[in-house]
Amino acid sequence: MMALDIYARRRATNVVAMLLSGLAAAVGLAFLIWILWITVKNGLSAMDFKLFTKITAYADEGGLANAIVGSLIMDMIALAICAPVGVLAGTFLAEYANRTRLGAVIRFLNDILLSAPSIVLGLFVYVIIVLPMSNLTHGAVSFSGLAGAIALALIGLPVIVRTTDEMLQLVPGTLREAALSLGIPQWKLTVQVLMRAAVSGIVTGVLLALARLAGETAPLLFTAFGNNFMVANPLDKMASIPVAIYQYTNDPNPALHAIAWAGALLITLFVLLLSLSARWYLHRHQVTHD
Amino acid sequence: MTEGTTLLNPPPASAQTVAVTVAPPPKLTVRNLNFFYGDTQALKDIGLDIPEKRVTAIIGPSGCGKSTLLRVFNRIYAIYPNQRALGEAILDGENILDAGYPVHKLRSKIGMVFQKPVPFPMTIFENIAWGIRHHEKLSKSEMDGRVEQALRRAALWDEVKDKLKRSALGLSGGQQQRLCIARSVALKPEVLLLDEPTSALDPIATGRIEQLIEELKHDYTIVIVTHNMQQAARVSDRTAFMYLGELVEFDETEIIFTKPAKRQTEDYISGRFG
Repeated sequence: MMALDIYARRRATNVVAMLLSGLAAAVGLAFLIWILWITVKNGLSAMDFKLFTKITAYADEGGLANAIVGSLIMDMIALAICAPVGVLAGTFLAEYANRTRLGAVIRFLNDILLSAPSIVLGLFVYVIIVLPMSNLTHGAVSFSGLAGAIALALIGLPVIVRTTDEMLQLVPGTLREAALSLGIPQWKLTVQVLMRAAVSGIVTGVLLALARLAGETAPLLFTAFGNNFMVANPLDKMASIPVAIYQYTNDPNPALHAIAWAGALLITLFVLLLSLSARWYLHRHQVTHD
Repeated sequence: MTEGTTLLNPPPASAQTVAVTVAPPPKLTVRNLNFFYGDTQALKDIGLDIPEKRVTAIIGPSGCGKSTLLRVFNRIYAIYPNQRALGEAILDGENILDAGYPVHKLRSKIGMVFQKPVPFPMTIFENIAWGIRHHEKLSKSEMDGRVEQALRRAALWDEVKDKLKRSALGLSGGQQQRLCIARSVALKPEVLLLDEPTSALDPIATGRIEQLIEELKHDYTIVIVTHNMQQAARVSDRTAFMYLGELVEFDETEIIFTKPAKRQTEDYISGRFG
């Protein structure tokens, strides 16, 4: 009698828990689909060939060509900065500073950087790069694509540090012991065995960092600033899709809103593509360590 | 006691006695060895002589310190902060626990095979060649020869000679473990440490590894940690029984399993605890 009671209660609890978590999942998913739906609906109707051929200087007669090029340049420079630094720092944490006080402190600081408001990072770069550059060149160089890329790199860096650290820690310790017991030095072990075993996870982390930084607006406001013309020189003010979206949505002209939607769709598709390729890559190269 | 005797194969009396009387010189001499995991003492004042080109087995219940002792011999413990070994382990007249003793030299002289087979994520060939390349510069043909020799030594050559360029991760568990033995043997070590090398393997693979140990002992000094008392009885010449971080008894395997001097040893081998 007593036992039946307990089982009935457990079953009831189970049903309630399942319903609540199912509901929560449904709410989250519903918003996600809603966001995607609105972006696609508004973005597609404004999608036009001139988006890729004309620059923002033509305003509602123009497109986003300079913003697309600017975003690509800054994202690539940012990645070129944060990928090597992040992978090396993550390696340091997992292989040299693991289980040490220093490692714990660095991990904590990295987590702070990971959750730092992106506008703060933009202001930081404004103060340490944009202002000094301007003073040094008497105003010839101030806001620049390079400064924007550095701010974006600060967004991507902690993501890469963390995934590299975690992926290396997933490699079983027995592999380290086996290699070290052959007299192999730590650096060789790290580069030739551990990196190889963790490479798919690390590449995934880099792609996710790129997806993350490609969508950022705030770090670019005081660094790359924006530009209505096509430039390729990273020392010039540089346009980007997120900043163009921001500026166009602040404009009363509805034709500009449409272009902003198209830009939003572009960037969403770009990020989606990155995430998908990250997943695809991870899936294809998953090494089972056992 | 009676159970202890049944563990042994009937010994060929005369041959065994000769081996016993002409005791080989010790390869590794351990004196006053204490080991700590942080503040916890795991080994207490261990002293023993490991004879050259013989198989020495270390047995004892879980947590007795037998693996810890093995891990001292090539200082693999040193990769973890907080693990300390104090005392002496003399290899060819030098204390390998001296901070000044180069660890990479030590590990080329004393190889180790672990409980779980751990092939590197590389080809079968590279698994062997990688370690050699770090210690010696060899031409391509010399390297091919060395890899073949090592694989033959580990009784694996015939099974893998046609797929040397394939990933080692595709081998069976028993094959992987023999690959790990080949990998250690390829460095021409003098001592081979085996940490429960067959505990993850099936009986057939275990049999092959034991056969291999029998062959390898002509050229190498072997120390094997095992949970399996029959295995210790089958493969070893001398057996050390450890309990709670102390070396209780160390003697000829035959004596340990037939007329041990200590009560604890007898209780353990007859299955009364552990």
